[in-house]
Amino acid sequence: MSKDVKKTRIFDVPLLKTNLDKGDWITMIKMKDVKKTYPNGVQALNGITIDIDLGEFVYLVGQSGAGKSTFIKIIFGDEKASAGDVKVAGHDLVNMKRKEIPMLRRDIGVVFQDFKLLPTMTVYENVAFALEVVEETPKNIRKRVMEVLDQVGLKNKARFIPDELSGGEQQRVAIARAIANYPKLLIADEPTGNLDPDTSWEIMKILEEINAAGTTIIMATHSKEIVNTIKRRVIAIDGGIIVRDQHRGDYGYES
Amino acid sequence: MRARTFKRHIREGFKNTWRNSWMTLASIGAVTTTLILVGAFLVLLLNINHIAENLEEDVEIKVLVDLTANEEETIAVGEAIERLDNIQSVTFSTKEEELERLMSGLGDEGDVFGLIDQENPLNDAYVVKLVDPTETVNVAEEIATFDHVEDVNFGEDFVQNLFDFNAYARNIGLVLIVALVFTAIFLISNTIKITIFARRKEIEIMQLVGATKWFIRWPFFVEGLLLGFLGSLVPIGFIVGGYYYLEQNIVAVNQFDFVTLIPFAPFVWQVSGIVVMIGVVIGVWGSVMSVRKFLKI
Repeated sequence: MSKDVKKTRIFDVPLLKTNLDKGDWITMIKMKDVKKTYPNGVQALNGITIDIDLGEFVYLVGQSGAGKSTFIKIIFGDEKASAGDVKVAGHDLVNMKRKEIPMLRRDIGVVFQDFKLLPTMTVYENVAFALEVVEETPKNIRKRVMEVLDQVGLKNKARFIPDELSGGEQQRVAIARAIANYPKLLIADEPTGNLDPDTSWEIMKILEEINAAGTTIIMATHSKEIVNTIKRRVIAIDGGIIVRDQHRGDYGYES
Repeated sequence: MRARTFKRHIREGFKNTWRNSWMTLASIGAVTTTLILVGAFLVLLLNINHIAENLEEDVEIKVLVDLTANEEETIAVGEAIERLDNIQSVTFSTKEEELERLMSGLGDEGDVFGLIDQENPLNDAYVVKLVDPTETVNVAEEIATFDHVEDVNFGEDFVQNLFDFNAYARNIGLVLIVALVFTAIFLISNTIKITIFARRKEIEIMQLVGATKWFIRWPFFVEGLLLGFLGSLVPIGFIVGGYYYLEQNIVAVNQFDFVTLIPFAPFVWQVSGIVVMIGVVIGVWGSVMSVRKFLKI
């Protein structure tokens, strides 16, 4: 399987396709004193201040319940911050209206531990879906879907349905879907959480390649091996605050 | 919305209906069951109404003119009646015509009147039909107060009972129909809700990749429409077939000429149209409402 992945290829993601020239978001994510209290009273975030620049690769580490998920949910607009400023890819998430959320999502790719593929659709349709949503032309959709499937090495499995694929392959489909729309930011919430080590490395390779092409990546993970091997910026969250922000950092927890 | 997107929504709607075939069948089943009931009651209610109207149309007031009234006074009575509101027709009938009608109405026994060669004991009469027959009692009472009117005759007890019964039947029927439609809405939207609940993941993913609210809703809209339409096919078959059968057989055994069904066409097609409309509206409504539950954007 892994030989399908073209290791040397640098993706030609036209990153500057959209409004980068407006110059207001060279900083991909800008959070200032962000707090989040859920309606049930749980305080998930207690004042997060962070800048993540365009093109960075960031690991998000921390124990379960530390606030990683909330942090990620706020970035892609699934939850709204209770207090503070949040700017993501040029969108002001605090003053944003609900109907602007789809526009934010089109600038962000999201990958989850459980893949979130539609079981009734083929691999091709699952990816094409993300492009239909932005009303791309059928011709461009066909071209782009095959392109991203090629990038994740699944061009020959376009007609399969997710259940016919291995976990690693399913995650690659999810990644293909996430990058189909040329996102400037890719959020991966424990993308290797359900995968065995070998497969995890394949996924990491793909993520690195996407990052090398210019896409910012934020990856929440519990994998000590990955964080300690592929050295990148590490942001550690505990008790709803950032306890460590380290360039080329370590995992730092016993796992 | 672009034409391409519109086509995409319709295509997706059809595809989803096909893909979720078990859920589709469940929804169609719910729609079918309730629409058969709604359709049957609609046919029943409309026919009761039809029969009631027929009976009401037969109601007429017979105004007996005083025996002592001369020709002028008799005409004056007729004119006075015509001046009233709500009058459809006033027909004059001489006492000779009245006698003849009485005799023919009694058949052979009536001839006995002809044999006894004596003076005609009947009155000249006006036969009055009303636009709104339910006003019969009031109008008759008013006419009775006119000069040279000996008596008014409209089968008091029968008419009052008939109208009471008709009003009763109509109200009951209306309540039943409304109750049924509500049950249908509840049942159908609940079934659709369950089928859509099974697909909340799909909705969640659509939202993740940046689909707008209406982009997500449209295929479900189409699907609801399709479910409603497909679910109304069998009920329509029942209505058309059942009514045809009923009409053929009722006509054969019908001894009471006042019990006539509404003619097959276009009545059956109108009822079918209503049934499709109810099905489609409920289908779309149930579908769109259920999606709303899972839309966070």
